[in-house]
Amino acid sequence: MSEFGAAEAAVQAALDAGARYADVRVMHRRYESMTARNGDIESLTQDESVGLGVRALVGSSWGFHAVPELSDRAARDAGHRAARTAAASALVPGPPVDLVAVTPVTASWSAPCAVDPLGVSLAVKGDLLVAATRTMAEHGADLAEGLYQVWDTAKWFVSSEGHRIDQRIRECGGGISATSVGADETQRRSWPSYRGQYGTTGWELVDSLELTAHAARIAEESRALLTAPLCPTGETDLILGGEQLALQIHESVGHAIELDRILGWEAAFAGTSWLDLAQLGSLRYGSELMTITIDPTIPGALGSFGYDDEGSPAVKRDAVRDGRWVGVLAGRDSAAVAGLDHGGSVRADGWARLPMVRMTNVGLEPGPHTLEEIVAATDNGVLMDVNRSWSIDDKRLNFQFGCEIGWEIRNGRRGRMLRNPTYTGIGPLFWRSMDMLSSETVPWGTPNCGKGQPGQIGHTGHPSAPARFRNVRVGVRA
Amino acid sequence: MSRAPMRAGDTELDIAGRVVDLVTRLAGPAAQAEVTVTRVESALTRFANSAIHQNVAASAVDVRLRVHLAGRTATGSGNAVTTDGLRALVERVLTAARFTPPDPAWPGLTPATPVAPVPDWDPAIAHAGPEQRAALVRAFVDAAAGLTTAGYCRTGYRVTAFANSAGHSAQGQAAEAAMDGIARAGGADGTARQHVDRLADLDGTGLGREAAAKARAAVHPVELPPGRYPVVFEPAAVADLLENLAWYGFNGRRYAERQSFAAPGVAQFDRAVTLVDDPLAASGLSFDLEGTPTRALTLVDAGTTRAVTHDRRSAAELGVASTGHAWAGSPTFGPIPRNLRLAPAGTAGAADPTGVFLAGGQGLGGPAVDGAIGDPDTAALVSRMGRGLLVSDLWYTRVLDPLSLVVTGLTRNGLWLVEDGRITRAVRDLRFTESYPRALAPGAVLELGRRAVRLPDRVDGVWWEAPPLRLASWNFTGGASG
Repeated sequence: MSEFGAAEAAVQAALDAGARYADVRVMHRRYESMTARNGDIESLTQDESVGLGVRALVGSSWGFHAVPELSDRAARDAGHRAARTAAASALVPGPPVDLVAVTPVTASWSAPCAVDPLGVSLAVKGDLLVAATRTMAEHGADLAEGLYQVWDTAKWFVSSEGHRIDQRIRECGGGISATSVGADETQRRSWPSYRGQYGTTGWELVDSLELTAHAARIAEESRALLTAPLCPTGETDLILGGEQLALQIHESVGHAIELDRILGWEAAFAGTSWLDLAQLGSLRYGSELMTITIDPTIPGALGSFGYDDEGSPAVKRDAVRDGRWVGVLAGRDSAAVAGLDHGGSVRADGWARLPMVRMTNVGLEPGPHTLEEIVAATDNGVLMDVNRSWSIDDKRLNFQFGCEIGWEIRNGRRGRMLRNPTYTGIGPLFWRSMDMLSSETVPWGTPNCGKGQPGQIGHTGHPSAPARFRNVRVGVRA
Repeated sequence: MSRAPMRAGDTELDIAGRVVDLVTRLAGPAAQAEVTVTRVESALTRFANSAIHQNVAASAVDVRLRVHLAGRTATGSGNAVTTDGLRALVERVLTAARFTPPDPAWPGLTPATPVAPVPDWDPAIAHAGPEQRAALVRAFVDAAAGLTTAGYCRTGYRVTAFANSAGHSAQGQAAEAAMDGIARAGGADGTARQHVDRLADLDGTGLGREAAAKARAAVHPVELPPGRYPVVFEPAAVADLLENLAWYGFNGRRYAERQSFAAPGVAQFDRAVTLVDDPLAASGLSFDLEGTPTRALTLVDAGTTRAVTHDRRSAAELGVASTGHAWAGSPTFGPIPRNLRLAPAGTAGAADPTGVFLAGGQGLGGPAVDGAIGDPDTAALVSRMGRGLLVSDLWYTRVLDPLSLVVTGLTRNGLWLVEDGRITRAVRDLRFTESYPRALAPGAVLELGRRAVRLPDRVDGVWWEAPPLRLASWNFTGGASG
């Protein structure tokens, strides 16, 4: 049975069983990853999975059922079971559920891909990781690790409103890390970030990272960090590199503006949000330099698509404009609850998972400066880059981040390397202290965003650039 | 491609055996192959704002094949269990193995080995429908008596078969159920959770009542200055200690890489600490992903580190035997204890199978419980703390350095000031930055509770079991305001 045929059969079965709305995602995903350690290949994995997931709305209650096959019988059974599950939900009912309108379309979309990552020979990919990790080991790393990952996803979406959309999204990326082990602690350096940089693009992204060219440097830095002075403790001006700022955006803005969190739908696990919908449009989130967009249309960024998993087309919107909070990440049902007119940010981690509100590409619009200018304008501070640890409270306010490396900034110049740099703060106070922002934007990709029960892993993008924040508490330690 | 089904009545073990045979036919007898076939039926009913808002079920099958051929290794998986689908999987993995760089550290296959029978499992869990999960949610919501509630009820059943070309095979089934929820009162949350292997033991009413009592006791919190405080951790908070010790301390790969603090034979913990990984105690299988038999493994005995966990690869690196801890993530994250128990005081006994203490009741001859204290075991520990904090749960813990296992995170779902052995005030959440081994070091553990409670992990098949724990000191490094 064709993918569209199976999806249509499942939708019809759900309607026949009493659903007033139903949609289906058929997905066929191929995944490949390879890891290397100290000059040898450690693992090569190629996974492939096909199935369909049906979402049914009976009255005001949702049900979802997924099966690993596309036969007519299996599809119809899944549709029927989704409706039955929705009916059971009515035992603990909630308020009426509506869906904001989306024009049904028949469409196809593919992410740009110059070099098919699954078409590149395993020998070429393996040799790259072997060479990079061998170089790191030869330059002092006790543990030299490299990896790449590839996802090739074809999906077919059908809804009872008439959507019929197919998409193909290829994602890939990779990175290397060098760890040096001391008597009491370890130091790690990664390029371009720990477990790599990713995008909705082909192998050309991995080629552009030039992993081998950076291997010796990061190995030597990891060794040097073992004897570097500790990051000072206290309040100072903090300059963040773009990679670290991408995660700062992800944790303290991206999750905070998820409408399902704001509405309490994630209260028991991922948490809620400090944001109150009554303040949408008026709340000062950050300084006037802070403009953050929700933009799934960025070519090659990891959170890009043609249509989300409810059939809403990719559209660029503002989340924060000139420091003021103006937008959220939403789905069709959560938007209706909040009285908004658009969803567009709902995705499912595979055929067996319920679509839910996820970040797309949530990032900073470029600023007017360069990193060199920011450093030159700083009399006394710390520059930190490349994330090592991240933690934030369940309302997305109180955060503490650790970075792999820091540098002392004195009189406008980058000075000594600093080990164990950490900083902490409260989201809106931190963002209001941003007074310089670079134009050197990179669309960083985060392929490991956990959310939901059962757990789902989301792929998100975060355009960001180096920036300066005033009077930040740094050097927190045990 | 043809989607012809396998022969009617094929079991997961039949499928695993056919895949091994196919590898041998296509690649010759020198090819080494191991296959795991897993079929899962999982369901989760999720509620928020006191209503079911997400209600899901999924059937899944996974055929995972690892091949070692002419010094090279590749792994692949698929979910097409048709004749053609399995052949495509085998051909794909064989092709990958031929073209990947050499794997000099290949540890070989598990030889034919006796595997213990799988513990009993509850068919009621396997057959649970959405109506039963909804009824348990209804009970939780009702027991919260008007407070806003959120959480989940889940059931899961899996059957797994293993076969390899060394003539080893095994199969087993497991089932588990869990509930985890909060009640919310005036901006304060209280939590209760439970992991069971008998559906009848799941107590939505008891959990809802406990969560509500905690939430009501957590309202109007005061802000305390950061600093070092003595603490009583409830089992949910202790579970976080166990999880981080498991991932970073007792992980054999990290140990081999010298990134773990673990030093077998050394008294690294207080004498009160005994840690046992015990996958057969509940919802576990008697073999791992490489077919190695699983068993209870003492990692820490009365404060002295005794072992770390291994799969075949990390074991071969150190010249020891696998402990049966291979899992799907071990090539990336290492072999990790995933069913870890902190033995309660005075016993190496099992967990309370119900895992629920009813708030507002009277203890087992000990101090009375109140809203903040959900059980008499915790009440006893609190009664012996002069001034300190009662910590219900930890949240978003992340490792700053794996070797010293310095972790930062926050309290969540209830934090209270204890003075002269009594709860006096609710406290706003605090951030901490602490070395877990140091906090559990000799002399640092003042007291353990007498009953362990089994708590669900985010992942099926993984659980943590612990009594409440009283520590001399915990390093809080920030308050809610920064």
